[in-house]
Amino acid sequence: MDKNVIRTMSAGVAVGAMLLVAGCSSSDSSDEAATSPDTTTVWTTAGTDDVLEASATRWNADHPDGQIDVQIFENDPYKTKLRTAISAGQGPTVFSGWGGGGLKTYVDAGEVTSLQSAFDAAPDLLDRIFPSVLAGGTVDGEIYGTPYNGVQPVVIYYNKDVFEQAGVEVPATWDDLLTAVGELNDAGVAPFSVGGASKWPYLMWIAYLTDRIGGPEVFQSIVDGEEDAWLDPAVIEANTMIQELVTAGGFVDGFSSVDANQGAAEALVYTGKAAMQLQGAWAYSGTYLTAAPDFVESGSLGWTTFPTVEGGAGDPANVTGNLSSYFSISEGASEAGTANATDWLLNGVFDDTYVDELMATGAVPPISGFDDKIAASSAPEWNAFVYTTAQAAGSFQLSWDQALDANQAEALLTNLEKVFLFQSTPQEFSDAMNTVAQEG
Amino acid sequence: MTTTRTRGAGATSFGPSALLGIPAMAFFAVFAILPLGVALYLSFTQWSGLGSPEWVGLENWRTLLTDSSTAHSLMLTIQLMVLTWLVQTPISLLLGVFLAGRQRYREILAVVYFVPLLLSSASIAIAYRNLLDPNFGVFSGGGLGWLNQNWLGDPSLTFYVVAFIIAWQFVPFHTLLYQGGARQIPQTLYEAAAIDGAGRARQFRSITLPQLRYTIVTSSTLILVGALTYFDVIFILTQGGPGDATRILPLDMYLTGFVANKMGLASAIAVVLVVLGMVLSLTISKASGFSKMESQLDGEA
Repeated sequence: MDKNVIRTMSAGVAVGAMLLVAGCSSSDSSDEAATSPDTTTVWTTAGTDDVLEASATRWNADHPDGQIDVQIFENDPYKTKLRTAISAGQGPTVFSGWGGGGLKTYVDAGEVTSLQSAFDAAPDLLDRIFPSVLAGGTVDGEIYGTPYNGVQPVVIYYNKDVFEQAGVEVPATWDDLLTAVGELNDAGVAPFSVGGASKWPYLMWIAYLTDRIGGPEVFQSIVDGEEDAWLDPAVIEANTMIQELVTAGGFVDGFSSVDANQGAAEALVYTGKAAMQLQGAWAYSGTYLTAAPDFVESGSLGWTTFPTVEGGAGDPANVTGNLSSYFSISEGASEAGTANATDWLLNGVFDDTYVDELMATGAVPPISGFDDKIAASSAPEWNAFVYTTAQAAGSFQLSWDQALDANQAEALLTNLEKVFLFQSTPQEFSDAMNTVAQEG
Repeated sequence: MTTTRTRGAGATSFGPSALLGIPAMAFFAVFAILPLGVALYLSFTQWSGLGSPEWVGLENWRTLLTDSSTAHSLMLTIQLMVLTWLVQTPISLLLGVFLAGRQRYREILAVVYFVPLLLSSASIAIAYRNLLDPNFGVFSGGGLGWLNQNWLGDPSLTFYVVAFIIAWQFVPFHTLLYQGGARQIPQTLYEAAAIDGAGRARQFRSITLPQLRYTIVTSSTLILVGALTYFDVIFILTQGGPGDATRILPLDMYLTGFVANKMGLASAIAVVLVVLGMVLSLTISKASGFSKMESQLDGEA
């Protein structure tokens, strides 16, 4: 059988299984050439839809020969659809991703066009973007993805009213945090809310603790696939501290069935059932501001960085979280499509209007020299906090599930949940992950 | 019957031409047989979904046989199969026989019992998710004592909660089967038994149960083989968690293939599921004499 036939058929099976075939059957590149030669398709996930669509509309008005067509998808189905479409040679010209390990698999499969030379020709833009964020779109020293939305460090949110009533100080160190946990429990309030049913919120705890204890090098060696990297004492220590926190009653009762995707974890905080939450910057505009605007506007929502860990090797200014989302250009795109897409990515995304509109949605672009705009924004204190936190971070670690390849990320979510539920010891966690990592 | 005049040879048999079956057969071949073949082929390859599958021989099968997590998923699937059968069969059998009665109020009850089947699996799962939420759910108000548990987050409870929800969803369907079956039983049998002095329990044991045996086989086959396809409810309720407490084989296949991007291994699991389903349904049919099924009316059998 011809290799392409197998490829297409295999992809077809995958599509059929997911019932996702409907939308992508018409976007075959040859069809496209016949119907609308100048349209550059852009696939992305929901989030900053309006900003992107406004940018495309402006671009289309100025560029009759190079139209941009932005198509928005839901998060989880998008990943499968994109993979299937690209594999079958029916992908879009531009697609969105989260950088890190996910981007690397596409680059390794030869499906992504390098943006390095285009960026080299635009040194101004290169200088403006935070280096730590640009690094997320870089694979083997070459830029393959350009950030297009806000920077999203993970921070601690807290309910100021609850803290006041319980007479608790905002924790600056891990010991403070454990003290606060005891005091909050005495006051009858759950210290931390976490959306355990969705699994990924657990990651933030291990990511921060590992970084604070061992520094960013520990996780870097895991990403690099170094032997026995998961067995690093810092990882085991981090999981031990997680279990200590669980034992101390650090998390809300029934935390393992709190659904993060429905905003239940945030609801616990703004209803006063829990005092704090460790969550990405997206929760501010995405949940707190939309679900409880009165709570936020009355100034009851506080925020702070992750506490320091005594004797730890990591810089307390380091942060973890989502760097940004990135746009990449598909290797299968036509020459004209690639040229138009590159032009749009470098000149149509992150131009002044785009940035203003992005900031109006509560997002903070990873671009330096923005302090004035932040002061004039709708939520200056919050935006300034996110901006300085991201800019000051010596290491901005991409969320672990994005940084790793899909296989390890999937195993990580399951095994970490077992640590939180005491189904695994920290040592068993590291052993299990080490085995998965060695499978390659 | 007169012999029909035909132009083609061999068309003397009665009934529609076999040619009419071709579209259906073609559809079946393209959408069932061919994908099955491709899945079998993929199970011998390593493929992340990008690029071309790479032939690795028996490696996936070796992983499948040695990997304890697959064994765990298989065990869970079998446990769920047995558990849902044990819960659903007696309830739906009794309900079905009860509802087969002729009184008017039973029709109303039948409609009430039928409601869960009218809801989509996704909405059932989302509803239960919210109902059972330990912080905002129905039992969280206080005063309900032991009912306020971490139903979907406690590894030792969740499996049973999931089995309960699945049973709740499918009991109406099997009740319907038994209702239909029970209504086929000739009333004369009961009348004769009543004359002989048999009570209700005796009638149930000696007439209803034996007369329903083929319905029991049908219903059991559907429950047992159906257990291999439970996916939607569990995926939305728990995503296989907490930990891997509800990671049954179909879910394991999905997570392996579409989340961990190991299409080859996932295909091997898919093949296992197909084989398991076929063996199971053939075994039940054979063991119960389902293939020799006969009419039970007019004094036969």
